[in-house]
Amino acid sequence: MDASHSMPATAAKPKKRLITTRRAFVVGALVVGGGALLVGVKPTDVLSLGANTPIGPFGPFIRFDPDGAVTVVNKHIEFGQGSHVGLAAMVAEELDADWDKVQIAQAPANARIYANLSVGAQGTGGSTAIANSWDQFRTAGAAARAMFIEAAATKFGVPAAQLTVKDSVISHPSGKSASFAELLPDAAKVTPPQSPPLKDPKAFTLIGTDRVRRKDAVAKSTGTARFTQDVHLPNMLTAMVAHPPRFGGQVASFDDSAARKVPGVVDVFKVPSGVAVVAANTFAARQGRDALKVQWDESKAETRGSDDLLTQYHSTSDPAATGGATNWQVFEQQPKGGGVAPAAAKSLDLTYDFPFLAHAPMEPMNCVAEIGGGKLKLTVGSQIPTIDQLNTAMIVGALPGSVEIEQLYAGGSFGRRANFQSDYVAECVHIAKHVGGGRPVKLVWAREDDMTGGYYRPLTHHRLKVGIGADGMPVSWIHRVVSQSVMKGSPIPGGMDTSSVEGAMGSPYLKVTPFVDGQLTFVDVGVPVLWWRSVGATHTAFVMEHTVDQIARLAGKDPVDYRRALYTKAGAAGARHLAVLNLAAEKAPWGKPANGWTQGVAVHESFGTVVGQIAEVKLDGGRPRVGRVVTAIDCGIAISPDQIAAQMEGGTCLGLAAALYGKIELKGGVVQQRNFDGYQVLRMSEAPQVETYIVRSLNRPSGAGEPGTPVIAPAVANALLALTGKATTSLPFVAA
Amino acid sequence: MAIPLNINGKDVSVDASADTPLLWVLRDDLQLTGTKYGCGIAQCGACTVHLDGQPMRSCQAPIGSLAGVKILTIESLGGTHPIQAAWVKHDVPQCGYCQSGQIMSAVALLAKTPKPNDADIDAAMNGNICRCGTYQRIRAAIKDAAGVATA
Repeated sequence: MDASHSMPATAAKPKKRLITTRRAFVVGALVVGGGALLVGVKPTDVLSLGANTPIGPFGPFIRFDPDGAVTVVNKHIEFGQGSHVGLAAMVAEELDADWDKVQIAQAPANARIYANLSVGAQGTGGSTAIANSWDQFRTAGAAARAMFIEAAATKFGVPAAQLTVKDSVISHPSGKSASFAELLPDAAKVTPPQSPPLKDPKAFTLIGTDRVRRKDAVAKSTGTARFTQDVHLPNMLTAMVAHPPRFGGQVASFDDSAARKVPGVVDVFKVPSGVAVVAANTFAARQGRDALKVQWDESKAETRGSDDLLTQYHSTSDPAATGGATNWQVFEQQPKGGGVAPAAAKSLDLTYDFPFLAHAPMEPMNCVAEIGGGKLKLTVGSQIPTIDQLNTAMIVGALPGSVEIEQLYAGGSFGRRANFQSDYVAECVHIAKHVGGGRPVKLVWAREDDMTGGYYRPLTHHRLKVGIGADGMPVSWIHRVVSQSVMKGSPIPGGMDTSSVEGAMGSPYLKVTPFVDGQLTFVDVGVPVLWWRSVGATHTAFVMEHTVDQIARLAGKDPVDYRRALYTKAGAAGARHLAVLNLAAEKAPWGKPANGWTQGVAVHESFGTVVGQIAEVKLDGGRPRVGRVVTAIDCGIAISPDQIAAQMEGGTCLGLAAALYGKIELKGGVVQQRNFDGYQVLRMSEAPQVETYIVRSLNRPSGAGEPGTPVIAPAVANALLALTGKATTSLPFVAA
Repeated sequence: MAIPLNINGKDVSVDASADTPLLWVLRDDLQLTGTKYGCGIAQCGACTVHLDGQPMRSCQAPIGSLAGVKILTIESLGGTHPIQAAWVKHDVPQCGYCQSGQIMSAVALLAKTPKPNDADIDAAMNGNICRCGTYQRIRAAIKDAAGVATA
């Protein structure tokens, strides 16, 4: 690795945590999966057992058509975040390919060949698609380029060093030239170099330019992009499943007499997750499912409501009410080993509550499976193919690598399509196994199934006591977090699930505070929870940034000036935050909102990327309205500035939707929001105008898919604080 | 029961009950899968088609009610519509799942209001949800296709 590309300490740290945690889960999954954990054998080798993936002469990531057109094989899912174009640009840059002729294909499932190098399994998450592929895909492009150079040198009878490549054509100063297409048969015979030299980023001609635009916009503007929902196979059946009304419920008995009378219904049977209806088409499956009468055994079901849980979480975090029974884990402590909080000139006692959130991607969960008769195949937008393979293999009794996955576009996910249980995939596999004979089964979840199906961002509570000194700087920060672990149920061998406190943990604000006591506890609740775009930052960014505005106010300081002082004091740990803040403050500019609007600021680092926003907010009929949002981002080298901007725009909208309206509420264990009428999301008339400014950087790229999401909520809360003098203690802003 | 429909300028006959929503006939029977299922209750707009030129939610249109109605889907635009060109120019789609519906609503808007202002766009597009949050590019693409200046 070139030393000039090394990341600053602030960026490297969270990435390291991620590696430890998520690699561990794969190893653990093997143990639980019944496979022997073989010492000295890489997990990816075990997980890919049974796979048979052909690899061409240019390796697993690049193919050439006879006309010289380049196909880049994307090992990550494309679900809007732009992994397609980012990975293709890395290859095309080093290959000096004609960008207009570069195409993208989805990799098959094979953990050994297509693993995400930061997690040790094939999968997409943690905003790692670009970061983990940075060396791998550039090297693949550079190696292919070297093969063409060698073929051309032989053909022309000239030294390789005299050849140049531009737009898929190799030229020699003598005037000789040949295209990739002409050289293809010879280049394919060259042995690929293992460590070809990579370009100095200063020499990039494609990466970082506005030419790096999406390659799927035409397919996605004509209705021809293929999603799981769109799969049609000969003789295919469509399935829907009746699920229990409360999490943890089981089928006691069912009456399918009416369901079987629905024209088109083929069969009705019990599966572990409920009662499945298979039919000739979706409408028949839906009508059949709705005609079922199911008696549920709810003896083990979760029957608490959101209010019950909040009451419990508050008493858990309250030092006056805690009986000492909770299992607290320290996530930040200064001085190490503990101490006594110094006297504070002023202090604030704060609590924050965050509701369950559904991901609610536009494409509800679904899957196509073919099991039996020599077939073992999923056709699905799969966020963690390795886990989906493993769970499928356990159900049917096969080697994980032998589970073929045809990867499709997914209509959003925001984390929902990545879970350790592969819930809807496993459900589809059970149904297809029952149907048997390799007959294709498409499982369709209605919106109501998707929204009430769990795997939510966990309900989370924070309690803080923050003291400031005479100079206004924080002197003590006592912080308790009560939540559910999104890693529960995953076979992680030991260690704390830091994903629930990432963003508070490692914050530059805590680095400059002499006394810090940050602790986390998890509560057992029978509601399945999961990462939701930006994971812990969905609440920690709010808590840290809204708290800082409140203590700045207590200290009588301007929120931007106050942050500048904290970041400056934090030194290297605050340097990127400071640069991002300054860029946003300059572009807004801070202190000069448009007439009638009030500005709010927030800065947060997640997944190695720092995002700062200055939002203009006003109250419109008592509801916050967000106008212009100036966004600054440091994500290292910008591969596609346009798509980074798109992720900031989209992340801001998703974050704002959750901040304004997002709430899944349980009453007596039953989810109250069943569709978009009850679970309000952002619409056109409420969408902010996001301007994105990218900090110029030659550091290795970090992610852009998630870090744009968590910043808008505290920016809005801080604007409301300035406007009304009132702090926000719970989300969403707008009561249902 | 065979029910006659006129879809994208062609007369077709589908064997389905009269209460079947047009959405499922398009997707399952005719394999016109550009029109998407998102909510089934006319809240998200992913299933938007044109019924006699009006943008409507096909999840709420039983085929028995569509005798003599000219039905147009995303497939009818042929990829050459100025709105589609503007969508590509602005790289509007992210996941792309809602975009057929967005485009059908936008096409209907421009047919009725060739030079829409922001309020026109809000009114015409508010029934179409995009969870990826592509709204500001949708707005820019509509204005570009309409030849009106961006504010």
